[in-house]
Amino acid sequence: MSAQLSTPDDAPVATRFLPARTFWGRALRHRSFVLGGALSLLVVASALLSLVWTPWPPAEIDIASKLQPPSAAHWLGTDSFGRDIVSLLLAGARSTILVGIIAVSIGLSFGVCLGLIASAKRGWTEEIIMRFSDFTFAFPAVLSAIMLAAVAGPGMVTSIIAIGIFQIPTLTRLTRGSANAIWAREFVLAARASGKGAFRITVEHVLPNILSILIVQATIQFALAILAEAALSYLGLGTQPPQPSWGRMLNDAQTLLFQSPTLAVYPGAAIAIAVLGLNLLGDGLRDLLDPRLARER
Amino acid sequence: MSVFVLRRVLTLLATLVGASVIIFLVLDALPGNAAQMLMGADASADAVRALTVKLGLDQPLAVRYLQWIKGLLVGDLGNSYVYGTPVASLIAERLVLTIPLAIMSMLITVVLALSAGIYTAANHNKLGDVGVMSLTQIGIALPNFWFAILLVLLFAVRLQWLSAGGFAGWDDGIWPGIKSLLLPSISLAVVQAAILARVTRSAVLEVLREDFVRTARAKGLGRREVLWSHVLRNAMIPVMTVMGLQFANLLAGTIVIENVFYLPGLGRLIFQSIANRDLIVVRNCVMLLAAMVVIVNFVVDVLYAFIDPRIKVHDL
Repeated sequence: MSAQLSTPDDAPVATRFLPARTFWGRALRHRSFVLGGALSLLVVASALLSLVWTPWPPAEIDIASKLQPPSAAHWLGTDSFGRDIVSLLLAGARSTILVGIIAVSIGLSFGVCLGLIASAKRGWTEEIIMRFSDFTFAFPAVLSAIMLAAVAGPGMVTSIIAIGIFQIPTLTRLTRGSANAIWAREFVLAARASGKGAFRITVEHVLPNILSILIVQATIQFALAILAEAALSYLGLGTQPPQPSWGRMLNDAQTLLFQSPTLAVYPGAAIAIAVLGLNLLGDGLRDLLDPRLARER
Repeated sequence: MSVFVLRRVLTLLATLVGASVIIFLVLDALPGNAAQMLMGADASADAVRALTVKLGLDQPLAVRYLQWIKGLLVGDLGNSYVYGTPVASLIAERLVLTIPLAIMSMLITVVLALSAGIYTAANHNKLGDVGVMSLTQIGIALPNFWFAILLVLLFAVRLQWLSAGGFAGWDDGIWPGIKSLLLPSISLAVVQAAILARVTRSAVLEVLREDFVRTARAKGLGRREVLWSHVLRNAMIPVMTVMGLQFANLLAGTIVIENVFYLPGLGRLIFQSIANRDLIVVRNCVMLLAAMVVIVNFVVDVLYAFIDPRIKVHDL
């Protein structure tokens, strides 16, 4: 991407081991990418770890040891059912990541397809797709999830679908906007002149060229999905017990604010860490993948 | 100008109709029979049929949709399935809380965001800029309901300055009402302000690089004068777009935040109606929220054209 850039000779020795021309060389020097990547890895690692090991079984109810303060046995204490907070937090990462991945995949597959179609077909097709994505803006994730929950009953699947649908218009607009810019480029003209059809041009030229923009946006959308999932679970419309979830933990903790205030602190901090990590990672990726998009700093 | 506004009005109407169709289809067509849901699975078939007729649910879908729209236009939203009272008055009761809450949050958002955005842009790359921008990065990552809980922990549990929830109403003057909406509106505003501050900052920085700014400085205006009289007006367009979009999030946010603070607003009404299977209330509340979002964004679009006459040329 920027092959001609190289490390200045007077760069500190420590950084010179990382050649500036490779992606990872630049990435590991990018502050928000490194911090965001580390925080995101932490969340992923927690989720993976919870698959094989948690200090206590996360769903194990032990009323005798409820609302314990932090101790050697329960590092962050226990909740009102005597469940171990650390175990719940680790297992909660799993739901968060699952919901995020599926919802963003729904948003990406529909949004990118619609955007590419709008951009390739133009005319009425484009107009219809864009007007459609305009008015789905009127339904934020919480609102569409509430509608779905009202008819289909609350649950993880309902919330995933609602969050996924809510992601579609943003991704459609972004895809179409960036694809239109590619369609105007000379190499697309050359491809058309050589007889390639709209479908081949879209797959071979447009999509690869907007991929980095999509990756960056997918990271940001992932963060938004986590926030939406947390809000829905908090309201009782998302992930249902006994499936552990950070939003749900906050809901439980809220009834005990006066007895054990710290219970409300950990799950929220976990959500904030996951979202902050993804946002920073997205910012970093934007700078690294496409320097032209680098935001004003 | 008039062509632009006319076009936007038509889009607005089309969007409202589209939204109403979607809401109606999702809430009234999918579940099959609202009467069955109201009475539970073990109700007798006769009883369900009687209730279906009583609620007018035996009419064809299109007829019921048109009846609803006709009602919307004259302000008759039908009666709640559960309470039997008019939906319009149920909603009106709740708006007394939700509208002031939304306005207060938006005001706090704008004040926080513009001051932070302008401050950081004016002090670009200095320590204050970096510090405030890091704060906004954290602000964006905070779930607003968690921030609300933290505020309750600090101001209600620890310091005991404010109550942890509930609404004092407007009967004893304006102050008790505002006081009970203070924490909710701050928790809604902070996250939004973090986003808006970043938008403001980059918009101001962008304009600062324009030629006319250099010209203004060259003719002897001070930095401060240029910033306030030339830069801000031009930087307002992107800021207003985001403000319009944020209003949608704000309304959705009230649903969550009203639940944190046990406020009897529109959000809690929707929530309780879902629990009660009172779909007619849910349908009208969701329509109201969607309409507010669409109308606010329409107003923003039209305002642009007044702020910046170039806009309508782009859009036509």
